[in-house]
Amino acid sequence: MSALLDVRDLSVRLGGRAVLRGASLRVAPGECVGLLGPNGAGKTTLMRAALGLVPHGGTSSLAALPPLARARRAAWLPQSREVAWPVRVRDLVALGRHPHPGDRGADARAVARALERMALGPLADRDATRLSGGEQARVLLARALAQETPLILADEPVAGLDPAGQIATMALFAALAAEGRAVLVSLHDLGLALRRCTRLALMDGGRIVADGPPREVLTPARLREVFGIRAHLAETADGPVLAPLEAA
Amino acid sequence: MRLLAILAALVGALFLASLLVGPAGARPGAALRALVAGDGTPLSLVMREIRLPRAVLGAMVGASLGLAGAALQGYLRNPLAEPGLIGVTGAAALGAVLALQTGLAAAAPLALPALALGGAALSTGLVIALAGPRGGSLALILAGIAVSALAGALTSLVLNLSPNPYAAAEIVFWTLGSLSDRSWAHVLVALPFTLAGWALLLGTRRALSALTLGEDAAAAMGVRLPRLRLALVLGTASCVGAATAVAGAIGFAGLVVPHVLRPLVGARPAALLPASMLGGAALVLAADVAVRVVLPGRDLKLGVLMALIGAPVFLHLVWRLRARA
Repeated sequence: MSALLDVRDLSVRLGGRAVLRGASLRVAPGECVGLLGPNGAGKTTLMRAALGLVPHGGTSSLAALPPLARARRAAWLPQSREVAWPVRVRDLVALGRHPHPGDRGADARAVARALERMALGPLADRDATRLSGGEQARVLLARALAQETPLILADEPVAGLDPAGQIATMALFAALAAEGRAVLVSLHDLGLALRRCTRLALMDGGRIVADGPPREVLTPARLREVFGIRAHLAETADGPVLAPLEAA
Repeated sequence: MRLLAILAALVGALFLASLLVGPAGARPGAALRALVAGDGTPLSLVMREIRLPRAVLGAMVGASLGLAGAALQGYLRNPLAEPGLIGVTGAAALGAVLALQTGLAAAAPLALPALALGGAALSTGLVIALAGPRGGSLALILAGIAVSALAGALTSLVLNLSPNPYAAAEIVFWTLGSLSDRSWAHVLVALPFTLAGWALLLGTRRALSALTLGEDAAAAMGVRLPRLRLALVLGTASCVGAATAVAGAIGFAGLVVPHVLRPLVGARPAALLPASMLGGAALVLAADVAVRVVLPGRDLKLGVLMALIGAPVFLHLVWRLRARA
């Protein structure tokens, strides 16, 4: 099946330092790919370069597209949850329609679907800057959904969320993948990644050092080498479980 | 939509008031008849050659300031931004001051606005060169501050070296900002730059809304940030440069108007732009009527009155903000 994202040999230098060194990655429809790695491994830079938001070497199928065409292919959820003005939740979600100018009826339907899917109906007329962190994260996710793209790139979307919010977010991504769309999501919760992603890509020092099924990527040896930790890994009746134990 | 209709009606009413208030002291009915008839009577000359261009300029200048203020606040995502931030007001004022100092302004009536526009154009080129093609909003602000400081220093230098106190006084009075004794020639000089600036700024509406989510998210939604920034700088320079060239430096309108109107449009930048345009026109027209009513004999300057109104309004906003937090 043709890939929604095809990144080859991507490299980025920031301030004279190589942040990304020849990373290659493909994401196909139906996949929820978890991007793992310690802080500074290059996860955010890989996603931003794949979108063409930073100057880079190598090729990315997304960065090669004109801006509006790219924005109809992939939605980007940055880690910083910025809402500059006290706009209504409904209006904020509608900003996701930016790459689809023209059809107001389609815009209204897309916004309604996104609000419904994120259970934001009761908050639709509230000021988006006066919500709790978790509510705001849901609103910004709804904005990305309203963009109605086959691919979503999300940078640490579960950071700062309560356990239910984390699980709901990852379950949403898994559901989107099951519907034939695709998600590339960076995260630090290895247990969540192991349980919810269809595939994992592990980064270290600007390179992708492992890429494959979750159970094959997260081995005790890699946890020690890449993250410097020892973890409890187990298969249970509820699926695989990973709990970090101590620094190795 | 209803807000725009109300603001448009307000602008219309204040435009009419601007036409009907003045030292000639004719009755409204007679004044309007003279305006429409154009029968060569003194009253018709006053209406057609003095009051009508003054009212038109007031609306143009106010609309430019309100629109540019709203656009810059949207781009910088900062409610403290105002049109003078990118250095164009200071540079246009410097051009005008040079025209007054060298005597060119006295020799040719349009030398002053022409030199002011030249100053605005020069400063715009300098700001764009300084901020760089890929630089962020911080580079733009810093470049604007640097250019403003340079223009301010040079204006002070001209005043400092001014040979006689009358020339210095003339310069100071001009920089206070006013719409009195303007003619159709001023309107015609300012009009093309004003219209071009409005077109550029109004074209940024959707992109400014997208920026609510931050530069990264907006860029990923298809906003071309370098192009947006160029449109914003050129649009602001064009209409605010033209406004300064014909009316002098008028502060606060560009800062206060978007502030007051923001809650009324649900804080959406795309909706704030046209609303601030009408709001700015209403505010400047109102202030220009007020300078003629408050101290009829004293030539109270528009820029002075605007600051006198603007500062307390701003303080009130700060107070409200504090109470909310």
